[in-house]
Amino acid sequence: MAEKETREAKKPKNSIMKDIFDGPAPLSKHAVNRYARGHEVDEKSVRTKYRKAEIISNEKKIYSAMKDAARAEMLLNEQAGFLEADEGEHTSQYTQDDITKVVDVQSQQKYFEVKLENFGPYRINYTRNGRFILLGGEKGHVAAFDWQTKQLTCEMNVMETVNDIQWLHTENMFAVAQRLWTYIYDNQGIEIHCLKALDRVLRLEFLPYHFLLVSANEKSYLSYIDISIGKKVAGFPTAYGRLDVMTQNPYNAITLLGHSGGTVSMWSPNVKQPLVKMLCHRSATRCISVEQSGQYMATSGIDGKVKIWDLRTYKLLHSYKVGSPVYDLSFSQRNLLAAAVGDVVHIYKDSLSKEIDAPYMCQRSPGFIRNIDFCPFEDVLGVGHSTGFSSYLVPGAGEPNFDALEANPYQTKKQRRQAEVKMLLDKIQPDLINLDTAVLGKVDRKSAQDILEEKKKLLYLKPEKVDFVPRYKKKGGSKTGKIEKRKKGVLWEDKRNQLKERLLKKKLKLKNNQTKKLKKKILKESKVDTRTSKILDRFQKKDS
Amino acid sequence: MPKVKVLSRNPDDYVRETKKDIFKVPRNYNPTLHPFEEAREYTRALNATKLERLFAKPFLGDLNGHRDGVNVMCKHPISLSKVFTGACDGEVREWDLPKLQCTKIIATHSGFVRGMDFESDAQKFWTCGDDKTIKLWDNTITPEEPLQTILTSDVPQGLSRHKSKEVIATCGQSVNIYNIGRTTPSRSLTWGIDSIHHVAFNPIETEILASCASDRSIVLYDCRERNPLRKVILKLRSNKLAWNPLEAFTFTVANEDYNLYTFDMRKLSTPVNVHMNHISAVLDVDYSPTGKSFVSGSYDKTIRVFEVNKGRSIEVYHTKRMQRVNCVLWSLDNRYLLSASDEMNVRVWKANASEKLGVLKTREKESMNYSQKLKQKYKHFPKIKGISKKRHIPKAIYNAASEIATIRESQKRKESNRRAHSKPGAVPYVSERQKHVVGEAK
Repeated sequence: MAEKETREAKKPKNSIMKDIFDGPAPLSKHAVNRYARGHEVDEKSVRTKYRKAEIISNEKKIYSAMKDAARAEMLLNEQAGFLEADEGEHTSQYTQDDITKVVDVQSQQKYFEVKLENFGPYRINYTRNGRFILLGGEKGHVAAFDWQTKQLTCEMNVMETVNDIQWLHTENMFAVAQRLWTYIYDNQGIEIHCLKALDRVLRLEFLPYHFLLVSANEKSYLSYIDISIGKKVAGFPTAYGRLDVMTQNPYNAITLLGHSGGTVSMWSPNVKQPLVKMLCHRSATRCISVEQSGQYMATSGIDGKVKIWDLRTYKLLHSYKVGSPVYDLSFSQRNLLAAAVGDVVHIYKDSLSKEIDAPYMCQRSPGFIRNIDFCPFEDVLGVGHSTGFSSYLVPGAGEPNFDALEANPYQTKKQRRQAEVKMLLDKIQPDLINLDTAVLGKVDRKSAQDILEEKKKLLYLKPEKVDFVPRYKKKGGSKTGKIEKRKKGVLWEDKRNQLKERLLKKKLKLKNNQTKKLKKKILKESKVDTRTSKILDRFQKKDS
Repeated sequence: MPKVKVLSRNPDDYVRETKKDIFKVPRNYNPTLHPFEEAREYTRALNATKLERLFAKPFLGDLNGHRDGVNVMCKHPISLSKVFTGACDGEVREWDLPKLQCTKIIATHSGFVRGMDFESDAQKFWTCGDDKTIKLWDNTITPEEPLQTILTSDVPQGLSRHKSKEVIATCGQSVNIYNIGRTTPSRSLTWGIDSIHHVAFNPIETEILASCASDRSIVLYDCRERNPLRKVILKLRSNKLAWNPLEAFTFTVANEDYNLYTFDMRKLSTPVNVHMNHISAVLDVDYSPTGKSFVSGSYDKTIRVFEVNKGRSIEVYHTKRMQRVNCVLWSLDNRYLLSASDEMNVRVWKANASEKLGVLKTREKESMNYSQKLKQKYKHFPKIKGISKKRHIPKAIYNAASEIATIRESQKRKESNRRAHSKPGAVPYVSERQKHVVGEAK
């Protein structure tokens, strides 16, 4: 009965009812612009009307796709985590125990510690979907497990120093940088490969879209191995000394190396020299981290400073003095920055957009921290330290809504297999690694020299002569282009001066002539005045 | 107590309930979660292009059975599965295309079958042959005797049926217009004295017809008028002519000078386009039902597919055994090509070499559309362009093509030298389109 009544109550009073939700839901321009990929093409700059029509219709399609993507945000069903302090308190005061008291059981289980006191300190690595974790103890202990169910996939002692560990494209394979060689193991811990091309490696990185395993070694050698075909793609002797600081820019797959002189260098497998070299610290660089969109970089040095850089302009945004050296830095998916100082992890929020004065969270771990990493798609920070591994809750760290076609934490075996095939089909060639990832979509403008060369190739046309020979110059001298300009300027000035002189002469001449004529005239008139006219005057020759 | 929310997903939202369900695939279109979009898309386009070339197997089968070279082919106007061929020994065969079998054999003429066309209801068809007769055949049965025989004074070289009226046109010494039912032509159209070897009615402007003559001319007629309309003379003779089925004013001729010319019938003085690529005389041409492309068969033992607005062919088909191609057809469903060659064989090809035949699943279709779009988007990239344009052709053809290229280049060089050493304006620039036209007459 009650239900019936409520239904009746909902009935409109007016017989003519207007749907207040008429038409598609309104979209804010800001939401739509989040899905924009660069500027639209200006139709006015297009010459032919057919192409213009084509471009207009294309732009329409792009805009409708943007709108659809923005509208699909409605379907994202997870909300990001957060931590809000009570009045008079600060978020950094809360310990893990305080947080676990108020969260659900499932989340409580994400806060745990693994005590491994004999083989530490540990390096850690999460898979791309955040489901599995790999631990590598310096004294040879390697373990892989599903950290949510705490199910161990494999565990072994490699009986050698372990410098770094790295998951490859799936949770079925991982690479371990051991004392001399680098080895690849499968999920049962069986050695599949021994990569003798990668010797004395200190740091490993994996570029999942390129299938490249990047390694940096003791003897300052940086090498790229394509693990899908097992071939070395590139290798550079960087001559920067021991390479023990390496990270990748997830946005453009550029490898960043930190050096003892305080510099950071950026490398692509296509160029022998670093693409960018930045002096970031006055002392040795300890660690580097780049956030997901590739726009910001955080570095730390042994001078106890953490610096935030803008990678679009390569300029310093903020510099923080932590006091003691920061041993590791890590950005979460939602741009929280974790910094490991001794045995304490500081977590900063909004560190990119503004200068902050206090950390968002602080957590002391049982041992000296070696490595920290945020778990993708979870509010969890993994910490590898001298006495094992700790997993801490950090509300607001992870991306709440994953895309199952990119990385799926709930992937089944079949899905993983399918995804592996798709990944291999879409493997990007290493020569496409570039600072600017959108370079493929840009117009390839020919240089003047290329155009000239092309014209020379054309038959039966005389090549144009260009009166410009770039001068050999020493570094630091002025630019050839400017010299040429200056020369041309001088030439023009000469010409102008000549013209001016000539004009002046002409004027003077004209003036002289006029004065002469005037004088004559005056003289003549005066003659007429003074002389009396005679009879025979009319026979005299007249002045013209 | 702090206010805390930690990400904690309910697995039920992400894992399928039973094994028979489809997988749940939540999406998030946030661009930062999808890095390397451009590069990945390019890789997909490259792979799609490679796969297209990998699957390009255009040859489907042959229609084997004629005992002499095949001279004419004719589409069935209604049924897609039937095609008619006429051979040099006067035999006409009907073929079942899906089964690649001969279904009917009719002895029509003594000597060559020269022309063939259907009545609009597809019940009867006309043939003409070297025995100076035009015959009408009943298509519903396997006929022994023609329904009607018209005796002509000269050898009819071609035949075309009016698309709406009861009229047929034949050619020989002149273009003869017959009203169906009569045995004498109602009109005889000539322009100069010469033999005319091809005639075709316009499918849209149905009163217009065009013919190719041995004096290198193409003549347009209106069958309501007493005299021909226009005439254009090219440098060499045109072998065949095909009207665009969707653009009434456009037609393409297959010329003896290795080229095809597309004309606008309103302005015959210059062709709209010159289609080059064959390395020997082009013998036949036929339009696709979409009117966007056409197929040509040549003396160089290849058939090529051209786009109407492009100068170069987009496809070339050849086999080891195929001899010079006498006639070609483009099927009315736009999917198949037929070529009849000198060695008594008729071959069936796919119009789109890499097309997958048979029923496609929706997902398959979607993925094909996607890769098609990608190929379109990245077609100007040098690597993709190179792969999609590359065709392996027989050595003889390759060599001949490079020889022709050398000849053309040397001619150009000579012309430019002459231009450089003579009075300015004495050697004018003549465009490629105008080069091949001798003149237009009205």
